[in-house]
Amino acid sequence: MTSVTSVTSPARAVAGRFAAPVVLAVFMAVVLVPFASLLLAALQPAGAPLTGFALPDGLHLENFSRAWSAAGFGTLLRSSVVIAVCVVPAAVVCATLAGYALATLDVPGRGRFYAYLLLGLSIPTEGTVIPLYYDLRAVGLTNTVPGLALAEIGAFMPFGVFWMRAHFATMPRSLIEAARLDGASSWATLWRILLPSSRPAVTTLGVLYFVWSWNQFLLPLILIQDPSRRTAPAGLGFFTGQFGVDVPLLAAATLIVIAPVVLVYLFFQRHFISGVLSGALKG
Amino acid sequence: MTTAHRRPADPARASAAPGPTKRGPDRAPSDGRRTARSGHRRRRAVASLYLLPALLPYTLFAVLPALHTAYLSLFDWDGVTLPSFVGLDNYRRIADDPQLRAAAWHAGALILFFSVLPICVGLVAAAIVSRRAGRRGTGLVRTVLFLPQVVPLVAVGILWRWVYAEDGILNQALRAVGLGGLADAWLGSFTWALPAVGLIGTWVVSGLCMVLFLSGTQRIDQEIYEAARMDGAGPVREFVSITVPLLRPEFAVALSITVIAALSSFDLIYITTGGGPGNSTVVPGILIYRLAFGGGGVGVASALAVVLTAVISVAVLVINRLSREAP
Repeated sequence: MTSVTSVTSPARAVAGRFAAPVVLAVFMAVVLVPFASLLLAALQPAGAPLTGFALPDGLHLENFSRAWSAAGFGTLLRSSVVIAVCVVPAAVVCATLAGYALATLDVPGRGRFYAYLLLGLSIPTEGTVIPLYYDLRAVGLTNTVPGLALAEIGAFMPFGVFWMRAHFATMPRSLIEAARLDGASSWATLWRILLPSSRPAVTTLGVLYFVWSWNQFLLPLILIQDPSRRTAPAGLGFFTGQFGVDVPLLAAATLIVIAPVVLVYLFFQRHFISGVLSGALKG
Repeated sequence: MTTAHRRPADPARASAAPGPTKRGPDRAPSDGRRTARSGHRRRRAVASLYLLPALLPYTLFAVLPALHTAYLSLFDWDGVTLPSFVGLDNYRRIADDPQLRAAAWHAGALILFFSVLPICVGLVAAAIVSRRAGRRGTGLVRTVLFLPQVVPLVAVGILWRWVYAEDGILNQALRAVGLGGLADAWLGSFTWALPAVGLIGTWVVSGLCMVLFLSGTQRIDQEIYEAARMDGAGPVREFVSITVPLLRPEFAVALSITVIAALSSFDLIYITTGGGPGNSTVVPGILIYRLAFGGGGVGVASALAVVLTAVISVAVLVINRLSREAP
């Protein structure tokens, strides 16, 4: 047992001791420095000549209020919230019902249905957005909340079904059997027996859906042509083209768009990370 | 409960229906084979109803549009006048048009930055960090390194436009260490725009890869390492002979996620360079957007979208297949 440590040279021991903290510090710096640079830019007086990393003279918070009112980010955030409020619960409910049926009920052809749903995991937004625009326009759903919300729900469904099915498949079989023997219908089994202990899985799915819905760019950019009714990231994309020169204003607007999703992430970060990691290990 | 003694196949269980009904009305008669069979059928039919809320939006807003894209790809259409059927001409154009071919090359090059590089960085970082697994601060590190995954890519693009700007922190840092001569308007340079955009991708997904590999290393039995160390294996040997082979599933996951990110890298490019300067950073997503919603080339854009979807599907399939085969 002693052989390993005793033959290690002192230099190697030092490297072994400090390599990990140093590497970690470098990584965290690489992630955080660009954010810090943006934050500093947002605090500079409007129109001042800027360099990447400079301390501002005083806190010019008026950039945020300008971005909020003059550039319309208050309105954009509201439509992002409306979309998320429509998409997240609806998509979670649909995915839960389907995942439950595929994992525990005797659905005719369930293997084929599951495969059909998983197919959607490899359809990129680019693959659906062109006809979505023309078809939704034909039925008058472009520029509307339902149009965009339905498109997002459809796109998010494969992952959700996969996620909830995997979750329900881990529930003890005996629990479900016992509920059935007691005469509980499949509906009651889901609501009374399985869902109360499924909070972590459902929360994770909800958080992932919220982040995806909030960050979705191509769909709102195309399905909502009226710039003032777009979601926050799509509005930000439009805004860059218009006011790309006013760095403090753009930086403030970017931070406003980032803030809600980062807050949700920090609050639910365990759920989010475990969701992305284990959700990605698809079966 | 009076029904507790019933066999699992009892038709009484069939009475389940989506709705507040706790028990169906037909649970009493269970005396005939006919009733049993029809109950069974009914139960299966009811079970299918649970799938409907998921299948409906998915079919209407994902699958049918994807098929419709394939249909549109057979037409020459400007989005306004009547489309005319051209068969596979749009696909031939993709093979012939230098701009479209450039987009394919760039997407391939971006795989280097979005997949290969982050996976290498993530593996090495995870190997180093895993030696202090469970120590103080690991949670904070995970939270911070995952952050780029959460921020909208549009915001990431704006963040990095500012980093790469002529007065941004990158050039500032270069000047500070006396390399000011190298300073450049990175995103506006024909030579550097593509690698510059690619490195943003590396920044976004490296943390994800590292955290993924870290959680994988936690699964590996520490005794294997101890045995290897007894046999005189150093850290490098340990990494190559144990860590990498045993991380095969995580490796496949990282590869699938990052390859999809590389191939459908629309948001980042749209915000940072818009495909320019010239066509030096065009990717399929940008061309699809330009052609379908600006250039009146809905047919070609659709064909490109079909090719992109096919390439992504094949890539994911191959990666998953490879990950399952024994080493």
